[in-house]
Amino acid sequence: MVQPLDKPLPSATTDRQRLSGRIRQFIYHHRDTLNGYGFLLPFLIIYLTFLIFPLLRGVWISLHDWDLLIGNLGWTGLDNYTRMFTRDNTFWLSTRNTVQFVALSTIPLVSLGLLIAVALNRPLPLMGLFRTIFFSSYVLSISVVTLIWFMLLNPNRGILAAAFQLVGLEPIAWLNNVDLAMPAIVVTSVWWTMGFNVVLFLAGLQDIPRAIYEAAEIDGASAFRRFFSITLPMLKRTVVLVFILQIIASFQIFGQVFLMTRGGPAGSTRVLVQHIYERGFRGFELGYGSAMSMFLFSIMLAISLIQLYVGSRGDQIESGMK
Amino acid sequence: MTTQQAGSSTINWKKWIWLFTFYAVLGVFAFIWLVPIVWAISMSFTPNTVLARQIGGLLPTAFTFENYETLMRVSSVPRWFLNSMIVSVGTTLGVLVISSMAGYSLSRINFRGKTFITVFILAGLMVPEQAVFIPLHIMFSEWGMHNTHVALMLPRMAIPLGTFIMMQFFRAIPMDIEEAASIDGANRLTVYLRIMLPLTIPALTTLGIFTFVLSWNDFLWPLVSATRSDMFTITIGLASLQGNFAQSEGLGSLMTSAVVASAPMLLLFLFFQRYIVQAVKTGTRF
Repeated sequence: MVQPLDKPLPSATTDRQRLSGRIRQFIYHHRDTLNGYGFLLPFLIIYLTFLIFPLLRGVWISLHDWDLLIGNLGWTGLDNYTRMFTRDNTFWLSTRNTVQFVALSTIPLVSLGLLIAVALNRPLPLMGLFRTIFFSSYVLSISVVTLIWFMLLNPNRGILAAAFQLVGLEPIAWLNNVDLAMPAIVVTSVWWTMGFNVVLFLAGLQDIPRAIYEAAEIDGASAFRRFFSITLPMLKRTVVLVFILQIIASFQIFGQVFLMTRGGPAGSTRVLVQHIYERGFRGFELGYGSAMSMFLFSIMLAISLIQLYVGSRGDQIESGMK
Repeated sequence: MTTQQAGSSTINWKKWIWLFTFYAVLGVFAFIWLVPIVWAISMSFTPNTVLARQIGGLLPTAFTFENYETLMRVSSVPRWFLNSMIVSVGTTLGVLVISSMAGYSLSRINFRGKTFITVFILAGLMVPEQAVFIPLHIMFSEWGMHNTHVALMLPRMAIPLGTFIMMQFFRAIPMDIEEAASIDGANRLTVYLRIMLPLTIPALTTLGIFTFVLSWNDFLWPLVSATRSDMFTITIGLASLQGNFAQSEGLGSLMTSAVVASAPMLLLFLFFQRYIVQAVKTGTRF
């Protein structure tokens, strides 16, 4: 019984050995590729499933009549897009208001952020504390921010109204005024996110050698002159970066308006993301909503590409200088 | 000698005036910045009945813990808080595992197609949440997965920022540390777990805190995915309270919810500020 089994066994093991040896050799030979993709795989699966695939599917959905509850109601080609550009006045109103918000918010968010960062960049005591204060509002969630500011701006119960009364002024119903609602939203947004820009500017400022300032001070350059002749030119790349990041972020405005004014009064603060949300999830028109989000995405993509272009040119200039 | 002394004292005098003005202006600014937060905290300690009669001050006119007690006993806030904790901790752990692995691969291993994949992943930084939230909603509807914690976690994990941040940190570690280990015959997984991960603990802390804050404050996706009130995150729950101010239990209670919702973020921020600032810097350095 033992003998017949013994005979074929050696050759089988050598076959198996040869095969496993070949596999081992293959693995050894391609170990970097296998390791590389092995480590990437978990992220890549999540990334493809929850970002890239939805993006492509969003384009597909935008070409359909797609109901929130029923689902796909059939191909409509570019109809959603023509509707958006030619027949939907609210879409244009929302786009205009969004652009208005971007313009109104970007300027103070960048300039005030820069101003405060320059102030905090001095080697003086308490600067860390001030940075903490200006950045602290950034970690609050949108619904906390709107809850506080909605009350703060309230003409009957807000602390701003109390301050107005104290100096003998009539309290103003900011959020109910067609002309003042958007500026009030801008102020809220500046308070919420300016700290982020301060931190970015501080990082850029720390790269400027202190010796340059000291030399300028010895030469008698005023603080004003130092800012325009040293700080701004040396900080150019950071300023452009913050500016573009801010424009992209401002285009995404939604929560402030959605929770504080619902787009009112008289549509004066209605913005794009809110229109997308309301058409999609209140009007059940996901196909149409998707088409509008593709429009928003293409604007933001264009701005990102400008950033990449400017960034690479900045690199060229810098390496050229070296 | 005398002229010199006179000269330096005027300079000193001027310098002091300048310093005083500098701190005064900055102090006023910082005070204004703090008013909304201080006001909200003050109102959370003021009885609702008092706030119905008068405008809340920067210090509570009558002090009470009642708002906090009621909040813990009868409101949905503890439930929402728990949901936010589950979702944020889950998202953070997920991001740390998959992003540090991917970051390790892209910065430390040479393989065919690496450049393409790096560009392909970094391109994802340009895809905003608003471009994908409708298709994501449809996908999770098809899977019947809305109103679950997992549905709130997965889309946040797909964001390439974590991989990008980890890549930059791994690149900064000297190559020879790893080479010494591989000569000793250790395989990649061992090298990654035993040598590289311990070295990137500061980076993991940075990324972890940043992801936690982003996840806790996430708004658009949980707004459309979690529609049942018992599945709200605290951010969405708080937003739902704002829709009906008239029915709400009172201003003091409302502000108490806001304070409770922000407490973890403010504490994290105060203790780990350095790391959050680091994340902001690394995440935007292209």
